[in-house]
Amino acid sequence: MNLHNSNMNEKKELAVAALRNGTVIDHIPADQLFKCVALLGIESLDKSVTIGNNLQSRRLGKKGIIKVEDTFFPDDVLSRIAIIAPSAVINIIRDYEVISKQPVRLPDEVIGIVECNNPKCITRNEPMKSRFRVINRNPVTLSCYYCEHELSAGQIK
Amino acid sequence: MNNSSIVSINDLSKQDILSLLDDAAFFEQHPDSKILDGKLIATLFFEPSTRTRLSFETAVNRLGGKVIGFSDPAATSTSKGETLKDTIKMVANYVDLIIMRHYLEGAARYASEVTDIPVINAGDGAHQHPSQTMLDLYSIFKTQNTLDGLTVTMVGDLKYGRTVHSLLMALSHFDVRFNFVACPELQMPEEFITFCRNNNIRFNISEDFNAEVINESDIIYMTRVQRERFSDLMQYERVKDLYNLHNAMLDDSKPNLRILHPLPRVNEISQDVDDNPKAYYFQQAKNGVFARQAMICRALGITNFRDLIK
Ligand SMILES: [Zn+2]
Repeated sequence: MNLHNSNMNEKKELAVAALRNGTVIDHIPADQLFKCVALLGIESLDKSVTIGNNLQSRRLGKKGIIKVEDTFFPDDVLSRIAIIAPSAVINIIRDYEVISKQPVRLPDEVIGIVECNNPKCITRNEPMKSRFRVINRNPVTLSCYYCEHELSAGQIK
Repeated sequence: MNNSSIVSINDLSKQDILSLLDDAAFFEQHPDSKILDGKLIATLFFEPSTRTRLSFETAVNRLGGKVIGFSDPAATSTSKGETLKDTIKMVANYVDLIIMRHYLEGAARYASEVTDIPVINAGDGAHQHPSQTMLDLYSIFKTQNTLDGLTVTMVGDLKYGRTVHSLLMALSHFDVRFNFVACPELQMPEEFITFCRNNNIRFNISEDFNAEVINESDIIYMTRVQRERFSDLMQYERVKDLYNLHNAMLDDSKPNLRILHPLPRVNEISQDVDDNPKAYYFQQAKNGVFARQAMICRALGITNFRDLIK
């Protein structure tokens, strides 16, 4: 594989949406794309948004991509993506240039995002935030800080 | 959050456990004192458990402390929809320590986060019950004079029995070999088997409660096989009597063997075992008071009690 060519392809692909400034989230597994859209709260944005899905990917087979104009998500929002799409890559675009390209990173703890799946857990019965320790990153496995039940990637809602 | 809270046995280091056992032995020698003179302790039982509550309240009273609390949540504002947080914050205004039992898992951890008063978990659903584990450890330590070089055989319901899971985790600090004796439906969960493998803990899985297993054991920890655990009643009928202990089965057992059971028992230990000196489950319950006295002093940060008792 030729590195130069691969960079060229990438530029071409990212340019489709003609994004001058904004965020491109790439390498989302196709079946997680719309969950990511929901997690990012994109529905309520008034910026230009391009969503692609079932695109060919060497790594994932079929992938999804989200491009959002003039929007730079805070880290804690991006870390939500890591829970359901640990393979995703965040591109930051300024003046049509990719100025940063980082895989999503899950923090050691996930607070207030995911619901514990144990109905007898205190977090399901009190007005409080859920809290999980990340015990595996890919595939993601979480352990509830309170009841210690484990949550695997497929069980995360 | 108060660091001296005791929520889970997994929060205690090997050194913590050894020092609690040492303190429990001290309290067995000096059961009555005025160490907690002037201290007020709440026992909040959001789920009734007479046995555990009486043991904790005996521990407090024998140390000269006073107890307030409830044993029936129906009589409290919890039944009117008050949050756990509000109940804990209200009670924390009055007392020096909260001992709580709750039907929800993780409740004690959450309680310890919303107050600066230390919290002792007296059981949170199927999750943790560290004072039961400490009294089990103390019973083993007291009867064997060590926690190292032992063979511990766990029998009955190893799948749902939280006492065996917590005991396994606590004993993992020591050189202990395990026999897990249960029917396949109620065997030790995979996560604990993996834990043993990852930590080089020797164990043997057996479906058969036979002489070979019994005769090599230093401790046999019996648990009850409950009908509710089976979706198929035929399976329950098939296994219900396979894990019962009768006196004749102990004929060739080691002289230092002791039989433990978290109580209450039904028929998994037959009455004819009770008079065998190897039966230890009633003393085990009594040890609970000493183990709880040690935990209460630790949670309150009282470390100089040896000087207070002459
Ligand atoms: Zn939970």
